[in-house]
Amino acid sequence: MPALPAQDRVNDFAIKIATVNGTGSASANTLLMKAIFRSGIPVMGKNYFPSNIQGLPTWYEIRVSRDGHVARSGRVDLMVAMNAETYGKDVREVATGGYLVYDSTWPRPALFTREDITVIGVPLAKLCNEAFKGVRTRILMKNICYAGVLAALLDLDLARMRELLAETYAKKPQLVDSNMQAIQLGYDYARAHFSCPLPLRCAPMDRTGGHILIDGNTAAGLGAMFAGATVAAWYPITPSTSVMDAFKSFCEKWRVDPATGRKNFAFIQAEDELAAIGMVLGASWNGARAFTATSGPGISLMNEFFGLAYYAEIPAVIFDVQRVGPSTGMPTRTQQCDFLSCAYASHGDTKHVCLYPANPEECFYFAVAAFDLAERLQTPVMVLSDLDIGMNDWMCRDLKWDEGRKADRGKVLPLEEIVKLEKFHRFLDKDDDGIPYRTLPGVHPKAAYFTRGSGHNQYGAYTEDSAEYQVVVDRLTRKFHTARSHVPRPVIEAAAGRTDVGIVAAGSSDGAVREALAVLAGMGVPADYMRVRGFPFNDEVDRFLESHRLVFVVEQNRDAQLRSLLTLETPVEKSKLRSLLHYSGLPISSSFIIEGVLAEVAPKPLRSVGPAHGA
Amino acid sequence: MTYIPKPKVRHPSLPRNALGLTRRDYEGALSTLCAGCGHDSITAALTEAIWGLSLEPQNIAKLSGIGCSSKTTAYFVSGGHGFNSVHGRMPSIAMGANAANRNLHYIGVSGDGDTLSIGLGQFAHAIRRNLNMLYVIENNGVYGLTKGQFSASADIGSKAKKGDVNQQPPIDPVLLALSLGASFVARSFSGDKAQLVPLLQAGLRHRGFALIDVISPCVTFNDHEGSTKSYAYTREHYEPAVNAGFVPFEREIVVDYAEGECLPVVMHDGSRIVLHKLAKDYDPTDRVAASAYIQARAKQGEFLTGLLYVDETQKEFHELNGTPDVPLNSLSPELLSPGAKGLDRILARFR
Repeated sequence: MPALPAQDRVNDFAIKIATVNGTGSASANTLLMKAIFRSGIPVMGKNYFPSNIQGLPTWYEIRVSRDGHVARSGRVDLMVAMNAETYGKDVREVATGGYLVYDSTWPRPALFTREDITVIGVPLAKLCNEAFKGVRTRILMKNICYAGVLAALLDLDLARMRELLAETYAKKPQLVDSNMQAIQLGYDYARAHFSCPLPLRCAPMDRTGGHILIDGNTAAGLGAMFAGATVAAWYPITPSTSVMDAFKSFCEKWRVDPATGRKNFAFIQAEDELAAIGMVLGASWNGARAFTATSGPGISLMNEFFGLAYYAEIPAVIFDVQRVGPSTGMPTRTQQCDFLSCAYASHGDTKHVCLYPANPEECFYFAVAAFDLAERLQTPVMVLSDLDIGMNDWMCRDLKWDEGRKADRGKVLPLEEIVKLEKFHRFLDKDDDGIPYRTLPGVHPKAAYFTRGSGHNQYGAYTEDSAEYQVVVDRLTRKFHTARSHVPRPVIEAAAGRTDVGIVAAGSSDGAVREALAVLAGMGVPADYMRVRGFPFNDEVDRFLESHRLVFVVEQNRDAQLRSLLTLETPVEKSKLRSLLHYSGLPISSSFIIEGVLAEVAPKPLRSVGPAHGA
Repeated sequence: MTYIPKPKVRHPSLPRNALGLTRRDYEGALSTLCAGCGHDSITAALTEAIWGLSLEPQNIAKLSGIGCSSKTTAYFVSGGHGFNSVHGRMPSIAMGANAANRNLHYIGVSGDGDTLSIGLGQFAHAIRRNLNMLYVIENNGVYGLTKGQFSASADIGSKAKKGDVNQQPPIDPVLLALSLGASFVARSFSGDKAQLVPLLQAGLRHRGFALIDVISPCVTFNDHEGSTKSYAYTREHYEPAVNAGFVPFEREIVVDYAEGECLPVVMHDGSRIVLHKLAKDYDPTDRVAASAYIQARAKQGEFLTGLLYVDETQKEFHELNGTPDVPLNSLSPELLSPGAKGLDRILARFR
């Protein structure tokens, strides 16, 4: 990788911080990221952590991007190597011309030095051992101390860091002072011993106004509250648990009657995922908005119930925060590996409505939309997020709520309609859209019907008659067709010039694709882009695939699941879909996509490199 | 199973309950179980119990899993919604439904396979949550729909129709429920309607999880010589310990009872169960002693019936959760969403 000119590095570089988990580094990393965000500079932060509580290697990557890129670039300009165990590997990862910060309290073997990077040794442990008492405090402060070193090197505002600490420790003000002391130690040492700031540094901008830093799970939990969900049932599983934590904490603030202390929600920790989805179905059947959150293994366990919900036509909302499989896989690493298992979950002929949010902003809006869709279509709706979206803080536009928005509760017959009926028939297609009418228990004896997963006819009665059975399952096909026009449409962005090359992606691959598109366009390889946002695919998906000669399908799994789904569910000719598959467990980078496209499409000569540099 | 609409014939002289409804108004579809099946007697007892309590049919929610027993929710109260879910998972459906609307009467009907094998986990956790429902196990020790395999309630030494002898110890739902902290535990026999109906009524009025394990012989696969769940064996070995007389609040009567033999238990709604203690030294309010007594009698080949344990003071799910008295599914949207202004305040934390 060639070194880039120094003047180009202001507000455009990536830092990686290597630490040991359980040592307080998360607070330091969040502090750094927020300090940059508050300086008005677009920033991305990603946490690569182990499935462990304490003692294993963990990394945090901060990308500062004046152009607003939110994905990994694929390069590391400054490494903070705090973990002796991974030191060798960490040093190798620094780009030529980059920087290495390490704790020089102990000498590092000569083996690990490099000539093409600048090494900055700060005796962090020594500084903190002298200034603080107690083993635990010294370890924690050592990690806060490197935030001070970075503040000096990157030219971050210490007053802003104090302001952030004061917000974090509003209830423990003494911690503000001790943390600030550690920051000052690192800051002063760096200023005294090195030329500060570095060429790669931060300079205040005004590009984060109207934006928030939020993770997708928090946004999803918030969306569920705004959608009016009252029953939440789940079994803890990484990386989805914080969806439920967020929902609960928002509800405890906003859903508790101030006069009585009663909770306008039910929050149920189930005994397993089978029970969690059963509770959601029971509640939805009974007219409440209900949801669960899980990850791949939970989706597997819920499969039997998904089939019942599909066939008995019961609404349900499921957040699947995807993680690396198969089996237990790597539970704290990200993938998009449940496209197929969600779309066709359960035995027999089943298909499910799926939504693919690309960022926390869409997690919020799709959470709200999912409840409407589930009740409108009387079927489970799966919202497929992933660990990268769910557990990392993303810079997003402010979330908005339309006061005039009315929830779509679907075709539920009210009492006044029921009393007018001669007889209620649960599964008749009266409106020719495949969606029947339903009734709720406790309203009127005339509205009562029997819900069952066994064969039933369109009147709701048990049947083993072939023709009667087929009438119902054929109508379910029509209903699924109706869903095509209800799910979110794809986002399609045409290249500046004409091109017959397309890129298709879904979910969290979006940021990396956008950056790659800009770079590729600058290299003379323009491509149109389609981000699919819902399943079943609507007509625009068919048309985009049809109108391009070569289509790259970018996704984060080994088996090209999105590509499979496209070939199964659209008329596209299979041979023109090329897979770009990223499945390491780290979020996909723009450089991965650029390299993949360039391997198939030759760049046109005599074009200069574009605005971003993701090679 | 075929669906045959049952003709509604009403004779003007049929007795009516407080709502003016006859027993016929609480019936369901025609049973398709084998002639003589114990389950049909339980269905009849349930119909009688619900009619007797004058419950609104639309306020009954009937829930079940899979199996012969689970079919029976279609055979009573056709005016109430029914949900025949998946095998062993009825408790979770009941939990969700109850969370959404606490004001309905939830009646779960399950079998020994549905509850004690595939559904053991959900059964246990519904008890732990003290989910407010009546949970009836139609217990026959055998899998009927798949033609005669032993279930987890089959006794050691019990002989299958094809000759196999069961070697594994049974799971006793009554002892299990007691150990899990159940607040209402009863056992009965499908052939003893006089005992069963008031038990069902007390279970329906109980605030919390009311378990009634009903021995219900399978005439096709488990009613032969050598079976410990046949009609003949059951009649010979069951021993009523505590019979319950149910006294609704609105029709309270003075009951004569001799001290030490009868025990009135006041339910949360003011109605009472009067427990007639047939075994003098049995105390149905002492969990540990009840459990020991049941086990001691089981060792002698007898199974105790009646209301074996009751505690009206335990909190049920909604009391523990702190939900309002009105059903969650009836709350207006304004109560549920903080609106645009609320969202602005929430977002301040993320800037």
